[in-house]
Amino acid sequence: MKHRADVLFRTIALGTLLLALAALGALVYDIVSGGLGRLNWQFLTSMASRRPEDAGIYHALAGSIWVIVLTGALALPLGVAAAVYLEEYGTRSRAARLIEINIANLAAVPSIIYGLLGLGVFVRFMGMGRSVLAGACTLALLALPVVILSTREALRTVPGSIREGSYALGATKWQTIWYQVLPMALPGILTGLILSLSRAIGETAPLITIGALTYIPFAPDGLWSPFTVLPIQIFNWVSRPQAAFKENAAAGILVLMLLLLVMNAIAVFLRDRFQRQGRP
Amino acid sequence: MSVVTPSVASLSGLTARPGQPPARADAPVKIDVDRMNFYYGAKRALDGISIQIRANLVTAFIGPSGCGKSTFLRSLNRMNDIIPATRVEGTVLIDGQDIYAPGVDVVELRRRVGMVFQKSNPFPKSIFENVAYGLRINDMARSKAELADRVEESLRQAAIFDEVKDRLQDSALALSGGQQQRLCIARALAIRPEILLMDEPASALDPIATQRIEELIYDLKKTYTIVIVTHNMQQAARVSDHTAFFWLGRLVEYDRTDRIFTAPAEKLTEDYVTGRCG
Repeated sequence: MKHRADVLFRTIALGTLLLALAALGALVYDIVSGGLGRLNWQFLTSMASRRPEDAGIYHALAGSIWVIVLTGALALPLGVAAAVYLEEYGTRSRAARLIEINIANLAAVPSIIYGLLGLGVFVRFMGMGRSVLAGACTLALLALPVVILSTREALRTVPGSIREGSYALGATKWQTIWYQVLPMALPGILTGLILSLSRAIGETAPLITIGALTYIPFAPDGLWSPFTVLPIQIFNWVSRPQAAFKENAAAGILVLMLLLLVMNAIAVFLRDRFQRQGRP
Repeated sequence: MSVVTPSVASLSGLTARPGQPPARADAPVKIDVDRMNFYYGAKRALDGISIQIRANLVTAFIGPSGCGKSTFLRSLNRMNDIIPATRVEGTVLIDGQDIYAPGVDVVELRRRVGMVFQKSNPFPKSIFENVAYGLRINDMARSKAELADRVEESLRQAAIFDEVKDRLQDSALALSGGQQQRLCIARALAIRPEILLMDEPASALDPIATQRIEELIYDLKKTYTIVIVTHNMQQAARVSDHTAFFWLGRLVEYDRTDRIFTAPAEKLTEDYVTGRCG
């Protein structure tokens, strides 16, 4: 009896997995068959255009890369510093617990709320305008909770014996954190960062809210430049009536997926590299 | 080695202390603890410990698990400060200075009082970097050449240099357990402490590796004051000059090691060393 239940459960589990994979496969097939024909060098290097056959993704791809690099540059130091404070320096006070709960909650806040916050704080109050910098600041806020949570998790996995070993050699708390704890936690920190950036790169709502343009004929040339990003361009193409723009949208989705794959590959590479460091 | 005049506190407490006459009373007092209590939160883990540990000798702490010997060892370089809600009463003098006095630099104290842990804890870095770390963070080497010299000297002192000299850049985690522990000793010696605290340094090692550590301890006491916690009474008998027996957070007896093992003054000590209790 027990054995049969086991087989039944295995079958159900396998079926569910296959169903999910089939849905994903159909989706990927649909996009690849629709977009692969459009995906060429011209598509990658051309700007937006009213004529679908001339239109390209360059401005949006450049915009996405600008925004994501800046987002990472803002979220990593802020997130790691916040996590180090909470985990290593913060006391177990009621205020600290309140902050902890709030950070966990922030990770679940809908992204459009961050867009409204970005519009109010960065675009209007701080006068950044509809710039790449305002977009990156907004997405950095969005990425921060995940970076903080995963960094704290990574800091907790560093064994106490390593900290004690460092203290026993006359290291200060900061030296112990900087030279021993953070390097050991680095693989976990990077994984969290790339995961949160992967979420941020697919975000459309907050960027539309702060005024990223849906049509823009040039790539950003600095922090204060107006910009668009891949998901917005894809959304723009999907909503056009001409069938040829649908092909462009599919090709744009392929580019976005490839970008995500590249980012994840970098994450895996960095993690393996740092994990191997100092190990036989 | 500086000769220390015993403080008033240590003299006044002399008669009240258990098993006070250490054999080599000619050796200067390095660590002088007077009526020290230690608390984890509300729980008292050490109760009125008074002991004078002499320079350039090996002093062993023995006693059953949970008797406070490790806690006491860790209070000598204020390692317990890391644990929240711990508290110390009484005085702990090292070279006549109260290490728990306000304004004492804990970092500087730990540089003078090195420590080797029960479970070897090399950093996940190269063998060289493990030893160089303490020198770097304390700014103790002015040049690369000096750094390399001090690393080699420390590895030699810990009797591990010949085994690792061809692979200093390899990971320390590739070493065997016994080698890792000797590397940790080298790491502690690199910053030239005056006192070396060892918390059951051989408890996780096989007999051959244990023997090497014990030989090392014998060599090191020429230069350092060594305090070693051990579960293993044969080990205490082999390596130490003085032995202190702890029981339920109290120091029961402290005397020359040969007397502790052959003619202890306390019945409890005799029962413990002969294996009748604990």
